[in-house]
Amino acid sequence: MKYIDEYRDRELVSRLVSEIQKVSRKDIALMEVCGGHTMAIQKFGIPFLLPPTIHLLSGPGCPVCVSSRKYIDQAIAYSRLDDVIITTFGDLIRVPGSTSSFEKEIAAGADVRIVFSILDALKIATENPENRVVFLGIGFETTAPGSAAGVLNAAKQGLTNFFLFSSHKIMQPAMEALIDEGVKIDGYIAPGHVSTITGTGIYKDIPAKFGLGCVITGFEPVDLLHSILMLTRQVEDNKPEVAIQYKRAVKPEGNLKAKKMLDEVFDLRDDWWRGLGILKKSGLVLREKYSRFDAEKMIDVEVEETREDKGCICGEILKGLKKPGDCKLFAKACTPSDPFGACMVSNEGACHAYYKYNRDG
Amino acid sequence: MCLSIPAKVISIEGELARVSVGGTEYEASIQMVEDVNIGDYILLHTGFAIQKISAEDAEETLKLFKEFEELNVRLDEEEKESGNRIV
Ligand code: SF4
Repeated sequence: MKYIDEYRDRELVSRLVSEIQKVSRKDIALMEVCGGHTMAIQKFGIPFLLPPTIHLLSGPGCPVCVSSRKYIDQAIAYSRLDDVIITTFGDLIRVPGSTSSFEKEIAAGADVRIVFSILDALKIATENPENRVVFLGIGFETTAPGSAAGVLNAAKQGLTNFFLFSSHKIMQPAMEALIDEGVKIDGYIAPGHVSTITGTGIYKDIPAKFGLGCVITGFEPVDLLHSILMLTRQVEDNKPEVAIQYKRAVKPEGNLKAKKMLDEVFDLRDDWWRGLGILKKSGLVLREKYSRFDAEKMIDVEVEETREDKGCICGEILKGLKKPGDCKLFAKACTPSDPFGACMVSNEGACHAYYKYNRDG
Repeated sequence: MCLSIPAKVISIEGELARVSVGGTEYEASIQMVEDVNIGDYILLHTGFAIQKISAEDAEETLKLFKEFEELNVRLDEEEKESGNRIV
């Protein structure tokens, strides 16, 4: 299939839609595991273009949503230390912790700065030698190489007041855990930007082990529909495989340089995911060699007891078992301006995306 | 956070590049990608170029963004009207 030509045809969306209608016979559920896909699918109203046989589910693709409340509580505890400057992406500012949030801590005088990149955090550390600067590292394989680069640069510059607080996770253990738990799906709309780094390798066992196809997908309507068509064909022909739809950005081998940096800086550890619990070797921790940059090891702090909110069904939503509209609080007690759970705070959260584009849930 | 956008490389100094996304310029580290040249398109993610995109493909992606701009404008207006604007 000629990839580029497809993009030139404005009518392509409707052509793809009718092709999908033609091919689809079985009732199938496809899961996307990337917050960017969650947003794009709702924004472009993709579910409404599909025949009733094809169901789309959101999985654990929003990094802020799957991270533990304890992580937020600990980051907030750091922010309360007099000499600590917290640097973070904007997504985390309004995530509720057990009793507070960064928004509240900022109002109370904490020095919390929103940065565009970890490199800005390094600058802040250089300019403020009296302070300890903590960067909140959150995200999957797309974001983690940036943190690795940040740590490598900090080492090169000889910084002693820069620390990474890692909540970085890798995608593949969660994709397998979901199926192990019995969540019923027929194929993965595999994450485009995670795959930019990892390549196809992380998905290679999924077709053989679970009989599920994985199609690495871009973020435009044509990408999404094209990939849904590819997956539908795989299911109808009973030939699950790993394929790349998002060819303009994903190479089968991924980004080798970024992978090397990840491996140099991080080791795997067991990590907790909202909805899935502890998954073996699913989180990234700084290697011994770089532990002087590890906030968890270098900064002592007392963290309050974690309190989870009652009523939030984020965990079920992240497994594709429920939809935001199934939550009693959705669009009532829980809205983006007054979020109750993490899935409503983050732009990439399913509740946020549904609230913004598909209010009926 | 998972969002990455195609950006055009305008200038390069060592490991840093200035890149443009629809006319707005950003600084991007290119330490993660090999062989980046002025005029190339890269995928920009949290201040890093995470992969190179071929120029043709990037243009096509941008063209698509334009085509769906209308839809965006309409959705934005609806949000404003309903008072549920979320930025
Ligand atoms: S609507 Fe709010 S409370 Fe309900 S699941 Fe989503 S984030 Fe949690």
